[in-house]
Amino acid sequence: MSGWRAGIAATCLILLLWQTVIWTTGVARFILPPPVLVGQTIWESRALLAEHALITIAEVLIGLVLGAALGFVSAVGLVASPTARALVRPILLFSQAVPVFALAPILTLWLGFGLWSKITMALIIIYFPVTSSFFDALMRTNRDWIGLAKVMGASPARIMWHIRVPAALPGFASGLRLAAVYAPIGAIIGEWVGASKGLGYLMLLANGRAKTDLMFAALIVLAVLTILLHAAVNKLCEKTLDRPEGS
Amino acid sequence: MAGSAAINGTPIFSQLDLVLTPHSWTCLLGASGVGKSTVLRLFAGLAEGVTFDGTLSDPGRVAMMAQQDLLMPWLSVLDNVMLGARLRGERLDRVLARDRLAQVGLADHADKLPLALSGGQRQRVALARTLMEDRAVVLLDEPFSALDALTRAQMQDLTTKLLTGRTVLLVTHDPSEAARLGQKILIMTPTGTVEIAAPRTPIPRDINAPDVLRTQKDLFDRLRRPT
Repeated sequence: MSGWRAGIAATCLILLLWQTVIWTTGVARFILPPPVLVGQTIWESRALLAEHALITIAEVLIGLVLGAALGFVSAVGLVASPTARALVRPILLFSQAVPVFALAPILTLWLGFGLWSKITMALIIIYFPVTSSFFDALMRTNRDWIGLAKVMGASPARIMWHIRVPAALPGFASGLRLAAVYAPIGAIIGEWVGASKGLGYLMLLANGRAKTDLMFAALIVLAVLTILLHAAVNKLCEKTLDRPEGS
Repeated sequence: MAGSAAINGTPIFSQLDLVLTPHSWTCLLGASGVGKSTVLRLFAGLAEGVTFDGTLSDPGRVAMMAQQDLLMPWLSVLDNVMLGARLRGERLDRVLARDRLAQVGLADHADKLPLALSGGQRQRVALARTLMEDRAVVLLDEPFSALDALTRAQMQDLTTKLLTGRTVLLVTHDPSEAARLGQKILIMTPTGTVEIAAPRTPIPRDINAPDVLRTQKDLFDRLRRPT
Protein backbone atom coordinates (compact mmCIF):
# COMPACT_ATOMS: atom_id res chain seq x y z
CA MET A 1 0.00 0.00 0.00
CA SER A 2 2.99 2.31 0.42
CA GLY A 3 3.09 2.44 -3.41
CA TRP A 4 -0.36 4.01 -3.42
CA ARG A 5 0.57 6.51 -0.74
CA ALA A 6 3.73 7.50 -2.60
CA GLY A 7 1.64 7.92 -5.76
CA ILE A 8 -0.86 10.20 -4.02
CA ALA A 9 1.94 12.21 -2.41
CA ALA A 10 3.68 12.63 -5.79
CA THR A 11 0.42 13.75 -7.40
CA CYS A 12 -0.14 16.35 -4.67
CA LEU A 13 3.41 17.60 -5.11
CA ILE A 14 2.94 18.02 -8.86
CA LEU A 15 -0.37 19.87 -8.36
CA LEU A 16 1.28 22.15 -5.81
CA LEU A 17 4.19 22.94 -8.16
CA TRP A 18 1.74 23.57 -10.98
CA GLN A 19 -0.28 26.00 -8.88
CA THR A 20 2.87 27.70 -7.58
CA VAL A 21 4.07 28.37 -11.13
CA ILE A 22 0.74 30.04 -11.92
CA TRP A 23 0.80 32.14 -8.72
CA THR A 24 4.37 33.31 -9.14
CA THR A 25 4.39 33.99 -12.89
CA GLY A 26 0.79 35.05 -13.37
CA VAL A 27 0.73 33.17 -16.66
CA ALA A 28 -2.48 33.45 -18.72
CA ARG A 29 -4.97 30.62 -18.24
CA PHE A 30 -5.06 29.83 -21.98
CA ILE A 31 -1.32 29.07 -21.75
CA LEU A 32 -1.36 27.18 -18.45
CA PRO A 33 -4.75 26.59 -16.88
CA PRO A 34 -4.82 26.18 -13.08
CA PRO A 35 -5.37 22.62 -11.76
CA VAL A 36 -8.76 23.50 -10.34
CA LEU A 37 -9.98 24.65 -13.76
CA VAL A 38 -8.70 21.45 -15.36
CA GLY A 39 -10.47 19.43 -12.69
CA GLN A 40 -13.65 21.36 -13.38
CA THR A 41 -13.30 20.76 -17.14
CA ILE A 42 -12.80 17.04 -16.60
CA TRP A 43 -16.06 16.97 -14.67
CA GLU A 44 -18.04 19.19 -17.02
CA SER A 45 -16.78 17.54 -20.20
CA ARG A 46 -16.95 14.01 -18.81
CA ALA A 47 -19.31 12.79 -21.54
CA LEU A 48 -17.07 14.15 -24.31
CA LEU A 49 -13.92 12.81 -22.66
CA ALA A 50 -15.49 9.39 -22.08
CA GLU A 51 -16.63 9.15 -25.69
CA HIS A 52 -13.14 9.83 -27.02
CA ALA A 53 -11.42 7.83 -24.30
CA LEU A 54 -13.46 4.75 -25.25
CA ILE A 55 -12.13 4.95 -28.81
CA THR A 56 -8.54 5.26 -27.59
CA ILE A 57 -9.04 2.42 -25.10
CA ALA A 58 -10.36 0.19 -27.89
CA GLU A 59 -7.37 1.01 -30.11
CA VAL A 60 -4.91 0.38 -27.29
CA LEU A 61 -6.46 -2.90 -26.14
CA ILE A 62 -6.82 -4.37 -29.63
CA GLY A 63 -3.27 -3.25 -30.48
CA LEU A 64 -1.99 -4.74 -27.24
CA VAL A 65 -3.66 -8.12 -27.79
CA LEU A 66 -2.61 -8.33 -31.45
CA GLY A 67 0.92 -7.10 -30.77
CA ALA A 68 1.35 -9.53 -27.87
CA ALA A 69 0.04 -12.44 -29.98
CA LEU A 70 2.24 -11.52 -32.93
CA GLY A 71 5.26 -11.05 -30.66
CA PHE A 72 4.62 -14.43 -29.02
CA VAL A 73 4.41 -16.25 -32.35
CA SER A 74 7.43 -14.41 -33.81
CA ALA A 75 9.65 -15.15 -30.82
CA VAL A 76 8.77 -18.86 -30.90
CA GLY A 77 9.37 -18.94 -34.66
CA LEU A 78 12.72 -17.18 -34.34
CA VAL A 79 13.87 -19.58 -31.63
CA ALA A 80 12.67 -22.64 -33.53
CA SER A 81 14.37 -21.78 -36.80
CA PRO A 82 17.99 -20.58 -37.04
CA THR A 83 17.34 -19.59 -40.66
CA ALA A 84 14.47 -17.33 -39.64
CA ARG A 85 16.72 -15.91 -36.93
CA ALA A 86 19.47 -15.05 -39.41
CA LEU A 87 17.00 -13.49 -41.84
CA VAL A 88 14.61 -11.69 -39.53
CA ARG A 89 16.85 -10.25 -36.83
CA PRO A 90 18.48 -7.63 -39.08
CA ILE A 91 15.01 -6.67 -40.33
CA LEU A 92 13.79 -6.33 -36.74
CA LEU A 93 16.74 -4.13 -35.88
CA PHE A 94 16.20 -2.03 -39.00
CA SER A 95 12.54 -1.60 -38.07
CA GLN A 96 13.71 -0.15 -34.75
CA ALA A 97 16.06 2.25 -36.51
CA VAL A 98 13.11 3.80 -38.38
CA PRO A 99 11.31 6.27 -36.11
CA VAL A 100 7.78 4.95 -35.69
CA PHE A 101 6.47 8.50 -35.71
CA ALA A 102 7.55 8.76 -39.33
CA LEU A 103 5.38 5.78 -40.23
CA ALA A 104 2.16 7.27 -38.90
CA PRO A 105 1.27 9.35 -42.00
CA ILE A 106 1.89 6.36 -44.28
CA LEU A 107 -0.26 4.12 -42.11
CA THR A 108 -3.05 6.67 -42.22
CA LEU A 109 -2.71 6.80 -46.00
CA TRP A 110 -2.84 3.01 -46.28
CA LEU A 111 -5.36 2.14 -43.59
CA GLY A 112 -7.53 5.24 -43.47
CA PHE A 113 -8.71 7.50 -40.68
CA GLY A 114 -10.46 4.74 -38.76
CA LEU A 115 -9.38 2.49 -35.91
CA TRP A 116 -7.01 0.30 -37.89
CA SER A 117 -4.27 2.83 -38.57
CA LYS A 118 -4.08 3.52 -34.80
CA ILE A 119 -4.24 -0.15 -33.85
CA THR A 120 -1.42 -0.86 -36.29
CA MET A 121 0.60 2.00 -34.85
CA ALA A 122 0.18 0.63 -31.30
CA LEU A 123 0.98 -2.85 -32.56
CA ILE A 124 4.20 -1.74 -34.28
CA ILE A 125 5.38 0.15 -31.23
CA ILE A 126 4.90 -2.81 -28.84
CA TYR A 127 5.90 -5.60 -31.21
CA PHE A 128 9.64 -5.18 -30.65
CA PRO A 129 9.72 -5.11 -26.82
CA VAL A 130 7.37 -8.12 -26.62
CA THR A 131 9.23 -10.15 -29.22
CA SER A 132 12.68 -9.35 -27.96
CA SER A 133 12.05 -9.99 -24.27
CA PHE A 134 10.22 -13.27 -24.97
CA PHE A 135 12.89 -14.29 -27.49
CA ASP A 136 15.70 -13.64 -24.99
CA ALA A 137 13.88 -15.65 -22.33
CA LEU A 138 13.30 -18.54 -24.76
CA MET A 139 16.98 -18.59 -25.71
CA ARG A 140 17.98 -18.75 -22.05
CA THR A 141 16.17 -22.04 -21.35
CA ASN A 142 18.15 -24.21 -18.95
CA ARG A 143 20.20 -26.52 -21.22
CA ASP A 144 19.88 -29.35 -18.71
CA TRP A 145 16.07 -29.22 -18.91
CA ILE A 146 16.32 -29.56 -22.68
CA GLY A 147 18.83 -32.42 -22.26
CA LEU A 148 16.49 -34.21 -19.88
CA ALA A 149 13.59 -33.77 -22.32
CA LYS A 150 15.70 -35.17 -25.18
CA VAL A 151 16.65 -38.22 -23.11
CA MET A 152 12.94 -38.69 -22.43
CA GLY A 153 12.39 -38.85 -26.18
CA ALA A 154 10.68 -35.48 -26.75
CA SER A 155 10.47 -33.95 -30.22
CA PRO A 156 11.75 -30.36 -30.70
CA ALA A 157 8.16 -29.13 -31.04
CA ARG A 158 7.16 -30.71 -27.73
CA ILE A 159 10.30 -29.40 -26.02
CA MET A 160 9.29 -25.96 -27.26
CA TRP A 161 5.71 -26.21 -26.04
CA HIS A 162 6.20 -28.06 -22.76
CA ILE A 163 9.62 -26.78 -21.61
CA ARG A 164 10.85 -23.66 -23.37
CA VAL A 165 7.61 -21.69 -23.64
CA PRO A 166 6.46 -22.21 -20.03
CA ALA A 167 10.00 -21.55 -18.80
CA ALA A 168 10.08 -18.25 -20.72
CA LEU A 169 6.64 -16.93 -19.72
CA PRO A 170 8.08 -14.56 -17.08
CA GLY A 171 10.13 -12.99 -19.89
CA PHE A 172 6.97 -12.63 -21.97
CA ALA A 173 5.38 -10.94 -18.96
CA SER A 174 8.12 -8.31 -18.76
CA GLY A 175 7.55 -7.60 -22.47
CA LEU A 176 3.83 -7.18 -21.82
CA ARG A 177 4.46 -4.75 -18.97
CA LEU A 178 6.50 -2.54 -21.30
CA ALA A 179 3.86 -2.92 -23.99
CA ALA A 180 1.12 -1.68 -21.66
CA VAL A 181 2.99 1.62 -21.33
CA TYR A 182 3.98 1.91 -24.99
CA ALA A 183 0.69 0.95 -26.63
CA PRO A 184 -1.15 4.20 -25.70
CA ILE A 185 1.77 6.21 -27.17
CA GLY A 186 1.27 4.40 -30.48
CA ALA A 187 -2.46 5.01 -30.51
CA ILE A 188 -2.05 8.72 -29.69
CA ILE A 189 0.54 9.23 -32.42
CA GLY A 190 -1.86 7.61 -34.84
CA GLU A 191 -4.66 9.92 -33.73
CA TRP A 192 -2.50 13.02 -34.03
CA VAL A 193 -1.69 12.29 -37.63
CA GLY A 194 -5.23 11.74 -38.76
CA ALA A 195 -8.38 10.91 -36.86
CA SER A 196 -11.84 12.13 -36.13
CA LYS A 197 -12.12 10.46 -32.71
CA GLY A 198 -9.97 9.58 -29.73
CA LEU A 199 -8.12 11.40 -26.96
CA GLY A 200 -5.23 12.32 -29.26
CA TYR A 201 -7.65 13.92 -31.70
CA LEU A 202 -9.38 15.75 -28.85
CA MET A 203 -6.04 17.12 -27.62
CA LEU A 204 -5.17 18.57 -31.04
CA LEU A 205 -8.66 19.96 -31.44
CA ALA A 206 -8.62 21.62 -28.01
CA ASN A 207 -5.12 22.96 -28.55
CA GLY A 208 -6.07 24.45 -31.91
CA ARG A 209 -9.00 26.28 -30.33
CA ALA A 210 -6.93 27.51 -27.39
CA LYS A 211 -9.04 25.38 -25.02
CA THR A 212 -5.96 24.48 -23.05
CA ASP A 213 -8.00 23.31 -20.07
CA LEU A 214 -9.65 20.65 -22.25
CA MET A 215 -6.27 19.65 -23.64
CA PHE A 216 -4.91 19.17 -20.14
CA ALA A 217 -8.07 17.30 -19.18
CA ALA A 218 -7.59 14.86 -22.08
CA LEU A 219 -3.92 14.48 -21.20
CA ILE A 220 -4.73 13.64 -17.59
CA VAL A 221 -7.41 11.14 -18.59
CA LEU A 222 -4.88 9.49 -20.91
CA ALA A 223 -2.22 9.33 -18.19
CA VAL A 224 -4.66 7.82 -15.70
CA LEU A 225 -5.80 5.25 -18.26
CA THR A 226 -2.20 4.29 -19.02
CA ILE A 227 -1.41 3.85 -15.34
CA LEU A 228 -4.54 1.74 -14.85
CA LEU A 229 -3.70 -0.37 -17.91
CA HIS A 230 -0.18 -0.94 -16.64
CA ALA A 231 -1.50 -1.90 -13.20
CA ALA A 232 -4.03 -4.32 -14.73
CA VAL A 233 -1.44 -5.96 -16.99
CA ASN A 234 0.95 -6.15 -14.05
CA LYS A 235 -1.69 -7.87 -11.91
CA LEU A 236 -2.57 -10.27 -14.72
CA CYS A 237 1.09 -11.16 -15.24
CA GLU A 238 1.62 -11.73 -11.53
CA LYS A 239 -1.36 -14.08 -11.42
CA THR A 240 -0.70 -16.08 -14.58
CA LEU A 241 2.82 -15.73 -15.97
CA ASP A 242 5.25 -14.88 -13.20
CA ARG A 243 6.84 -17.42 -10.96
CA PRO A 244 7.82 -16.95 -7.34
CA GLU A 245 11.43 -16.09 -6.63
CA GLY A 246 13.86 -18.96 -6.44
CA SER A 247 11.96 -21.33 -8.72
CA MET B 1 32.08 -47.97 -24.84
CA ALA B 2 35.73 -47.78 -25.84
CA GLY B 3 37.68 -44.93 -27.40
CA SER B 4 38.50 -41.28 -26.98
CA ALA B 5 36.61 -38.04 -27.26
CA ALA B 6 37.39 -34.45 -28.09
CA ILE B 7 35.61 -31.12 -28.41
CA ASN B 8 36.88 -28.99 -31.30
CA GLY B 9 40.12 -30.97 -31.34
CA THR B 10 40.79 -30.56 -27.61
CA PRO B 11 40.94 -34.06 -26.15
CA ILE B 12 38.59 -34.72 -23.24
CA PHE B 13 39.52 -38.28 -22.52
CA SER B 14 41.40 -41.03 -24.28
CA GLN B 15 41.61 -44.79 -24.10
CA LEU B 16 38.41 -45.12 -22.20
CA ASP B 17 37.27 -48.68 -21.81
CA LEU B 18 33.89 -48.92 -20.17
CA VAL B 19 31.56 -51.89 -20.20
CA LEU B 20 28.42 -51.78 -18.13
CA THR B 21 27.53 -55.02 -16.39
CA PRO B 22 23.84 -55.72 -16.96
CA HIS B 23 21.59 -55.49 -13.89
CA SER B 24 24.29 -54.06 -11.68
CA TRP B 25 25.84 -50.77 -10.60
CA THR B 26 28.95 -49.53 -12.36
CA CYS B 27 30.65 -46.54 -10.74
CA LEU B 28 32.77 -44.20 -12.79
CA LEU B 29 34.98 -42.24 -10.47
CA GLY B 30 37.33 -39.42 -11.31
CA ALA B 31 38.54 -35.95 -10.49
CA SER B 32 36.62 -32.96 -11.89
CA GLY B 33 37.40 -32.12 -15.47
CA VAL B 34 38.46 -35.62 -16.42
CA GLY B 35 35.47 -36.10 -18.72
CA LYS B 36 33.14 -38.24 -16.58
CA SER B 37 30.09 -36.28 -17.51
CA THR B 38 30.98 -36.43 -21.19
CA VAL B 39 30.98 -40.23 -20.99
CA LEU B 40 27.50 -40.09 -19.52
CA ARG B 41 26.31 -37.60 -22.14
CA LEU B 42 27.66 -39.86 -24.88
CA PHE B 43 25.58 -42.71 -23.47
CA ALA B 44 22.54 -40.45 -23.26
CA GLY B 45 23.00 -39.18 -26.81
CA LEU B 46 23.43 -35.62 -25.57
CA ALA B 47 27.07 -35.01 -26.40
CA GLU B 48 26.63 -32.18 -28.88
CA GLY B 49 29.87 -30.96 -30.37
CA VAL B 50 31.85 -33.91 -29.02
CA THR B 51 33.81 -35.99 -31.50
CA PHE B 52 33.94 -39.55 -30.26
CA ASP B 53 36.45 -41.88 -31.82
CA GLY B 54 35.83 -45.49 -30.91
CA THR B 55 32.99 -47.93 -30.41
CA LEU B 56 29.84 -47.14 -28.51
CA SER B 57 27.07 -49.66 -28.36
CA ASP B 58 23.73 -47.93 -28.20
CA PRO B 59 22.20 -48.54 -24.78
CA GLY B 60 18.73 -47.86 -26.19
CA ARG B 61 16.36 -45.53 -24.41
CA VAL B 62 17.83 -44.59 -21.03
CA ALA B 63 16.65 -42.72 -17.96
CA MET B 64 18.81 -40.01 -16.45
CA MET B 65 19.10 -38.34 -13.09
CA ALA B 66 21.49 -35.46 -12.48
CA GLN B 67 22.94 -33.43 -9.65
CA GLN B 68 20.25 -30.79 -10.13
CA ASP B 69 16.77 -32.21 -9.70
CA LEU B 70 15.68 -30.46 -12.94
CA LEU B 71 12.09 -30.26 -11.77
CA MET B 72 9.94 -27.87 -13.80
CA PRO B 73 8.97 -25.13 -11.32
CA TRP B 74 5.58 -24.51 -13.00
CA LEU B 75 4.44 -28.15 -12.80
CA SER B 76 3.09 -29.84 -9.70
CA VAL B 77 5.12 -32.64 -8.17
CA LEU B 78 2.78 -35.20 -9.76
CA ASP B 79 3.03 -33.57 -13.20
CA ASN B 80 6.80 -33.51 -12.86
CA VAL B 81 6.78 -37.26 -12.25
CA MET B 82 4.73 -37.69 -15.44
CA LEU B 83 6.90 -35.30 -17.48
CA GLY B 84 8.26 -38.01 -19.79
CA ALA B 85 4.81 -39.17 -20.91
CA ARG B 86 3.71 -35.57 -21.40
CA LEU B 87 6.77 -34.85 -23.54
CA ARG B 88 6.21 -37.92 -25.69
CA GLY B 89 2.50 -37.21 -26.02
CA GLU B 90 1.56 -40.43 -24.28
CA ARG B 91 -1.39 -41.06 -22.01
CA LEU B 92 -0.70 -39.81 -18.47
CA ASP B 93 -0.83 -42.62 -15.92
CA ARG B 94 -1.71 -40.77 -12.72
CA VAL B 95 -2.23 -43.94 -10.70
CA LEU B 96 1.26 -45.22 -11.48
CA ALA B 97 2.76 -41.79 -10.88
CA ARG B 98 1.13 -41.63 -7.44
CA ASP B 99 2.53 -45.12 -6.74
CA ARG B 100 6.00 -43.94 -7.68
CA LEU B 101 5.64 -40.92 -5.39
CA ALA B 102 4.53 -43.24 -2.59
CA GLN B 103 7.65 -45.35 -3.20
CA VAL B 104 9.86 -42.35 -2.52
CA GLY B 105 7.68 -41.39 0.47
CA LEU B 106 6.11 -38.28 -1.01
CA ALA B 107 2.52 -39.44 -1.58
CA ASP B 108 1.19 -36.46 0.38
CA HIS B 109 3.08 -33.91 -1.69
CA ALA B 110 1.69 -34.77 -5.14
CA ASP B 111 -0.16 -31.49 -5.67
CA LYS B 112 2.50 -29.14 -4.33
CA LEU B 113 4.87 -27.13 -6.48
CA PRO B 114 8.56 -28.15 -6.32
CA LEU B 115 9.35 -24.82 -4.65
CA ALA B 116 7.49 -25.99 -1.53
CA LEU B 117 9.83 -28.98 -1.09
CA SER B 118 13.26 -29.31 0.51
CA GLY B 119 16.34 -30.20 -1.55
CA GLY B 120 16.21 -33.83 -0.46
CA GLN B 121 12.49 -34.09 -1.24
CA ARG B 122 13.03 -32.56 -4.67
CA GLN B 123 15.72 -35.11 -5.42
CA ARG B 124 13.28 -37.85 -4.37
CA VAL B 125 10.76 -36.45 -6.86
CA ALA B 126 13.50 -36.66 -9.50
CA LEU B 127 14.01 -40.29 -8.49
CA ALA B 128 10.27 -40.96 -8.83
CA ARG B 129 10.37 -39.36 -12.29
CA THR B 130 13.33 -41.60 -13.21
CA LEU B 131 11.44 -44.68 -11.99
CA MET B 132 8.39 -43.57 -13.97
CA GLU B 133 10.50 -43.72 -17.14
CA ASP B 134 11.07 -47.42 -16.38
CA ARG B 135 14.20 -47.95 -18.51
CA ALA B 136 16.62 -50.87 -18.32
CA VAL B 137 19.61 -48.53 -18.28
CA VAL B 138 19.75 -45.67 -15.78
CA LEU B 139 22.42 -42.97 -15.89
CA LEU B 140 23.15 -41.14 -12.64
CA ASP B 141 25.26 -37.98 -12.88
CA GLU B 142 26.39 -37.24 -9.31
CA PRO B 143 22.76 -37.26 -8.18
CA PHE B 144 23.58 -37.10 -4.47
CA SER B 145 26.44 -34.61 -4.39
CA ALA B 146 24.31 -31.53 -3.63
CA LEU B 147 22.69 -33.15 -0.58
CA ASP B 148 23.75 -32.97 3.05
CA ALA B 149 25.45 -36.08 4.45
CA LEU B 150 22.42 -37.61 6.16
CA THR B 151 20.03 -36.98 3.25
CA ARG B 152 22.67 -38.29 0.87
CA ALA B 153 22.95 -41.59 2.75
CA GLN B 154 19.16 -41.94 2.79
CA MET B 155 18.90 -41.15 -0.92
CA GLN B 156 21.66 -43.67 -1.71
CA ASP B 157 19.76 -46.38 0.18
CA LEU B 158 16.44 -45.53 -1.42
CA THR B 159 17.86 -45.29 -4.93
CA THR B 160 19.70 -48.60 -4.63
CA LYS B 161 16.55 -50.28 -3.37
CA LEU B 162 14.32 -48.89 -6.11
CA LEU B 163 16.76 -49.39 -8.99
CA THR B 164 17.46 -53.05 -8.17
CA GLY B 165 17.76 -55.16 -11.30
CA ARG B 166 18.55 -52.26 -13.60
CA THR B 167 21.83 -51.50 -15.32
CA VAL B 168 23.12 -48.39 -13.59
CA LEU B 169 26.02 -46.11 -14.48
CA LEU B 170 26.83 -43.84 -11.56
CA VAL B 171 29.23 -41.00 -12.25
CA THR B 172 30.70 -39.61 -9.04
CA HIS B 173 33.73 -37.85 -7.57
CA ASP B 174 33.10 -39.29 -4.11
CA PRO B 175 35.22 -42.40 -3.29
CA SER B 176 33.04 -43.34 -0.33
CA GLU B 177 29.94 -43.27 -2.53
CA ALA B 178 31.66 -45.50 -5.07
CA ALA B 179 32.75 -47.89 -2.31
CA ARG B 180 29.18 -48.05 -0.93
CA LEU B 181 27.35 -48.48 -4.21
CA GLY B 182 29.72 -49.78 -6.89
CA GLN B 183 29.54 -53.39 -7.98
CA LYS B 184 32.16 -52.50 -10.50
CA ILE B 185 34.35 -49.46 -9.93
CA LEU B 186 36.35 -47.68 -12.61
CA ILE B 187 38.64 -44.73 -12.05
CA MET B 188 38.92 -42.38 -14.96
CA THR B 189 42.28 -40.69 -15.47
CA PRO B 190 43.58 -38.58 -18.34
CA THR B 191 45.53 -41.58 -19.59
CA GLY B 192 42.87 -44.23 -19.38
CA THR B 193 40.55 -46.15 -17.08
CA VAL B 194 41.65 -48.31 -14.18
CA GLU B 195 39.39 -50.85 -12.55
CA ILE B 196 39.56 -51.13 -8.77
CA ALA B 197 38.21 -54.27 -7.14
CA ALA B 198 34.83 -53.57 -5.54
CA PRO B 199 33.64 -55.27 -2.38
CA ARG B 200 31.57 -58.38 -3.14
CA THR B 201 28.88 -57.66 -0.56
CA PRO B 202 25.41 -56.57 -1.71
CA ILE B 203 24.67 -52.85 -2.07
CA PRO B 204 24.00 -50.45 -0.44
CA ARG B 205 26.84 -51.36 1.86
CA ASP B 206 27.34 -50.10 5.38
CA ILE B 207 29.61 -47.07 5.24
CA ASN B 208 31.71 -48.50 8.10
CA ALA B 209 32.05 -52.08 6.83
CA PRO B 210 35.76 -53.04 6.70
CA ASP B 211 35.72 -53.92 3.00
CA VAL B 212 34.02 -50.59 2.16
CA LEU B 213 36.64 -48.67 4.12
CA ARG B 214 39.39 -50.65 2.46
CA THR B 215 38.02 -49.98 -1.03
CA GLN B 216 37.58 -46.34 -0.16
CA LYS B 217 41.24 -46.13 0.83
CA ASP B 218 42.30 -47.88 -2.40
CA LEU B 219 40.26 -45.38 -4.40
CA PHE B 220 41.70 -42.41 -2.55
CA ASP B 221 45.24 -43.69 -3.07
CA ARG B 222 44.68 -44.24 -6.76
CA LEU B 223 43.00 -40.84 -7.22
CA ARG B 224 45.86 -39.05 -5.44
CA ARG B 225 48.57 -40.73 -7.46
CA PRO B 226 49.96 -38.35 -10.05
CA THR B 227 49.47 -39.61 -13.59
